[in-house]
Amino acid sequence: MPEANAASSVSVTLTVNGTKHVLTLDPRSSLLDVLRDRLDLTGTKKGCDHGQCGACTVLADGRRIVSCLTLAVITDGASVTTVEGLAKDGTLHPLQQAFIDHDAFQCGYCTPGQLCSAAGLIAEGKAQTPDEIRELMSGNICRCGAYPKIVAAIQQAMRQS
Amino acid sequence: MINFQYSRANDVADAVRQISASPSAKFIAGGTNLVDLMRMDVERPTKLIDVSKLRLDKVEETANGGLRIGALVRNSDLAYHPLVQRRYPVLSSALLAGASQQLRNMASVGGNLMQRTRCAYFYDIATPCNKREPRSGCGAIAGINRMNAILGTSDACIAVNPSDMSVALAVLEARVNVIGPRGERSIGLADFHRLPGDAPERDTNLEADELITAVELPPQGFATNYTYLKIRDRLSYAFALVAVAVGLELDGNTIREARFALGGVAHKPWRNTQAEAQLRGQQTSETTFTQAADLVLRDAKGFGHNTFKIDLARRTVVRALSQAARATPQSQSDKKIL
Repeated sequence: MPEANAASSVSVTLTVNGTKHVLTLDPRSSLLDVLRDRLDLTGTKKGCDHGQCGACTVLADGRRIVSCLTLAVITDGASVTTVEGLAKDGTLHPLQQAFIDHDAFQCGYCTPGQLCSAAGLIAEGKAQTPDEIRELMSGNICRCGAYPKIVAAIQQAMRQS
Repeated sequence: MINFQYSRANDVADAVRQISASPSAKFIAGGTNLVDLMRMDVERPTKLIDVSKLRLDKVEETANGGLRIGALVRNSDLAYHPLVQRRYPVLSSALLAGASQQLRNMASVGGNLMQRTRCAYFYDIATPCNKREPRSGCGAIAGINRMNAILGTSDACIAVNPSDMSVALAVLEARVNVIGPRGERSIGLADFHRLPGDAPERDTNLEADELITAVELPPQGFATNYTYLKIRDRLSYAFALVAVAVGLELDGNTIREARFALGGVAHKPWRNTQAEAQLRGQQTSETTFTQAADLVLRDAKGFGHNTFKIDLARRTVVRALSQAARATPQSQSDKKIL
């Protein structure tokens, strides 16, 4: 991640998983790099860095986005939830538990993005059928091919929400 | 990515003032395309003017019964807007056929209109590209051109416009409202995007110092007989090989009004008003639809890898017109092509 220099640096306020941060950033910094390299929240993964794989998915003001194509300066004032913010008081989020129950991963690299994306999907309320879940989760690639179990896990969490 | 100055626009007038003072600056809203292109060193703006917080995020009914869509309305919000789903379902369908929900949550309507080609040679700065570097040549014409254009090409460029939304807007005859230092103007969708000709570096007729403020839809929405049929290499989350948007007005089996546009085949959404005129007054039938498709593809030209798209486009037009005539629009979730 580029170091901020005085000439072009920008002050940005971000609330991440409930904690407010005031940061001085090089405007080139992606939200992904700020989360990982400045805030040490390495749960959010860098896959392609081109918005094509979904590994970097986080929730910004409750909506799922890809943090790799998001300039951090543009999210000034936003409230961001990463995979580290899904569990509450030591209890797994229903999606996290469902992914474990259904063994919905193999290598796990895409899983933080899948979880945040699925949390966004459930909040949107547009997917009911397996076809609709598959289509609206199509921005999250799983190279291990755990898709059937990911769909089953999301269905379980949807029934609980 | 080169270093750049960053500033936030306070309001529309401030945005115009800032871009007028910095001719090599660019506006940024969602950034889904621009940030990627900057990371690849294809776009090298010296300054980004952040317009994402401007209050251009409303969807409003207009006095004439149409709809005005603010330039900053997110693609996902527009796709699921009740008025769009009810009155302009072809637009909703096209939006949901494009990108992923994460990207639709970021991408603005204005940014979608301004997105640049995904031609591999445009993205690869090690190769020549007349669009990226005028007069450097075209890598695609004799290269790997499976995704490239078959209509309206020039010796300089065979890139395609990648937008799904714009194809539906072409059928709806939307207008694009813009503002610049010389005031406001409205550009018809057909005149917004350009053919490459000998200046492929210009995608649109928007001037560099103009800002899109809204897209306006006329009242006619083709809410019954429509479809958006997108054919691609993967069922989801892929750019079109060929896409066809259709809006029909029928009286029984007689076609009163017909509009259709093709995506994935040209440097702009491709309409052929002669083919549409030929459909008016005819009975809906595969023969009629095939004649219209033949007319649209009459002057199509393949470049080797993409020559199959001529036949694919012909069949996609016939299928899409049939779907619209039967009022069985393409589902964007189960993907079954009926």
